[in-house]
Amino acid sequence: MSIADITAQASTAAGARQDIAGPYGPKPRRVISRRNVFLYGTLFVMAVYYLLPLYVMVVTSLKGMPEIRLGNIFSPPLEITFEPWVKAWSTACTGLNCDGLSRGFWNSVRITVPSVLLSIAIASVNGYALANWRFKGADTFFIILIVGAFIPYQVMIYPIVIILREIGLYGSLSGLVIVHSIFGMPILTLLFRNYFASMPEELFRAARVDGAGFWGIFLRIMLPMSLPIFVVAIILQVTGIWNDFLFGVVYTRPDTYPMTVQLNNIVNSVQGVKEYNVNMAATILTGLVPLIVYFISGKLFVRGIAAGAVKG
Amino acid sequence: MTAANDTSVSIQDLSLNFGAVTVLETLNLDVADGEFIVLLGPSGCGKSTLLNCIAGLLDVSEGRIFIKGKNVTWEEPKDRGIGMVFQSYALYPQMTVEKNLSFGLRVAGTPREEIAKRIARAAEILQIEPLLQRKPAALSGGQRQRVAIGRALVRDVDVFLFDEPLSNLDAKLRAELRVEIKLLHRKLQNTMIYVTHDQIEAMTLADRIAVMKGGVIQQLDAPQTIYNRPVNRFVAGFLGSPAMNFVDGRLEDADGGWRFAAEDIKIPLGTYDFAKPPAPGPVTFGIRPEHVSLNSGTGWPFSIAANVEVVEPMGSDTLVWLKLAQQNFSVRVTSERTPKNDEAVTLGFDPMRASLFDTATGTRI
Repeated sequence: MSIADITAQASTAAGARQDIAGPYGPKPRRVISRRNVFLYGTLFVMAVYYLLPLYVMVVTSLKGMPEIRLGNIFSPPLEITFEPWVKAWSTACTGLNCDGLSRGFWNSVRITVPSVLLSIAIASVNGYALANWRFKGADTFFIILIVGAFIPYQVMIYPIVIILREIGLYGSLSGLVIVHSIFGMPILTLLFRNYFASMPEELFRAARVDGAGFWGIFLRIMLPMSLPIFVVAIILQVTGIWNDFLFGVVYTRPDTYPMTVQLNNIVNSVQGVKEYNVNMAATILTGLVPLIVYFISGKLFVRGIAAGAVKG
Repeated sequence: MTAANDTSVSIQDLSLNFGAVTVLETLNLDVADGEFIVLLGPSGCGKSTLLNCIAGLLDVSEGRIFIKGKNVTWEEPKDRGIGMVFQSYALYPQMTVEKNLSFGLRVAGTPREEIAKRIARAAEILQIEPLLQRKPAALSGGQRQRVAIGRALVRDVDVFLFDEPLSNLDAKLRAELRVEIKLLHRKLQNTMIYVTHDQIEAMTLADRIAVMKGGVIQQLDAPQTIYNRPVNRFVAGFLGSPAMNFVDGRLEDADGGWRFAAEDIKIPLGTYDFAKPPAPGPVTFGIRPEHVSLNSGTGWPFSIAANVEVVEPMGSDTLVWLKLAQQNFSVRVTSERTPKNDEAVTLGFDPMRASLFDTATGTRI
């Protein structure tokens, strides 16, 4: 059969199709269907519900106090001023210090960075050991860790105060770093254990046959494959530790207060005029770090999952 | 232990328990130098477990393992002189093919020139030179498995262990790589232990097959012996596709000698080679579909009449299904001689080709 014949046949077949009555090809979908209206309507309402407070905060923080006293909290600022932001960052008074949130910000950085690094470093090794090297007593150890995740923090506050005092770390940043690292351990270990357990066991076996040991397999085989779970762990820890208030207020001194405690002191001060615009600016500033982490690592997270996917 | 010295791999009284579950039971296996042994069995029979024990990836409960005359029971996998190829290839996804191949050598601290030399050799043997700079994700299944074999190859090991290496490939690739593995064995002359549940792989590759069930080696023999003289009903039924026909009946002492009887069917067993002295009683008669001939005339001392029930054309030949003593029975015939449905046919075969099993114990008679 020549090519001409085939094309002729194909065109007649196509011609015949147009004569066919009834459904053919993809089913037509209406843009405005009940399903779509419901779906997008719900999404819109939820989005507004969550975004409205943020809108009020941003708008208020850009207004001067006279304008705020007018009481129109939803109206955009008549005169945009960044004065409250500057004040919140550098001159607002908390207790004796009048250098704004900047002190708390750097304290929080000095708390968060080492806590995140330390807790993830230890938890990833824990998880790897629990998932791949079933050592004696591994199950018991794991159960103890998990139980730890369910004990309310408040129960342990006072004993930890005593422990920190005895080892001379009470009130110091390193004491708080240790506390954060320990309290992050159960959930992070569980996270890493489950991730490493989901990796093909044959990979681990192949590496053992190739002669790699405990650290060799961890550093050269497992770590390069675990970017997604590290991103998840970093998100969890950065937001958790940055947003922590309880441990910060209990285990540090005014000089070393983290940002959240300072924010509280600014917002909840009972003396003088309530500076709503400064409070709003301070709150947004404090919440900025977790927000940025979400925005940056959210993308990285997806990319990490895509890069780590090798089908068998 | 003297027996261990002239063998490549020697497994002595090996047992493995997971808690109360016995996976391997006092298992003994001697593999000669350069031999290709296939461990064959259904899933859960302990064949992969045995391989992992040989590799040192599982601790044994009892017994010991010798490789090249050295007791390696307590050795780490890397010190046993073995290379292993896994079903899922187990390539390190973040490394290029070259890095995958060299990983073991780099861990061992081999000099760079030596690594390059060995990779070049392995890549040449396996024809993967153009792939060396690719990541595993950019390879096809067959290529990945070749790289996985290469990883064992570069380590210059005494014994190759294959854990169902072809199970993840499609039928065509499987057949191709099967031939390649056989060629590789001819070229390298290494000892190879190969685990599979695929009887075709076992039959085609093995010098000897160890058929396993329930953690016990049922039969260890050359493929043809296992195929023609299975020691029990399990082995007989596991090997062969289409499977061997089984007819339950009785062994009877007739005037002229022993005969098999089931309902109105009586088969004199004139030329049958008994494995042990026969005694009357219930037996299972087994014969492979290709050993039965259809309408082949009067060459046999008996004739069995039956009606064709279903015909399955398979291209090269045709499988004819009928009922014998109310039990399913298949016959393999050439395509030209295919009978029609419901056609009356007569069956004939040489009793020498048959197998008789004790119905109660399943062992060969």
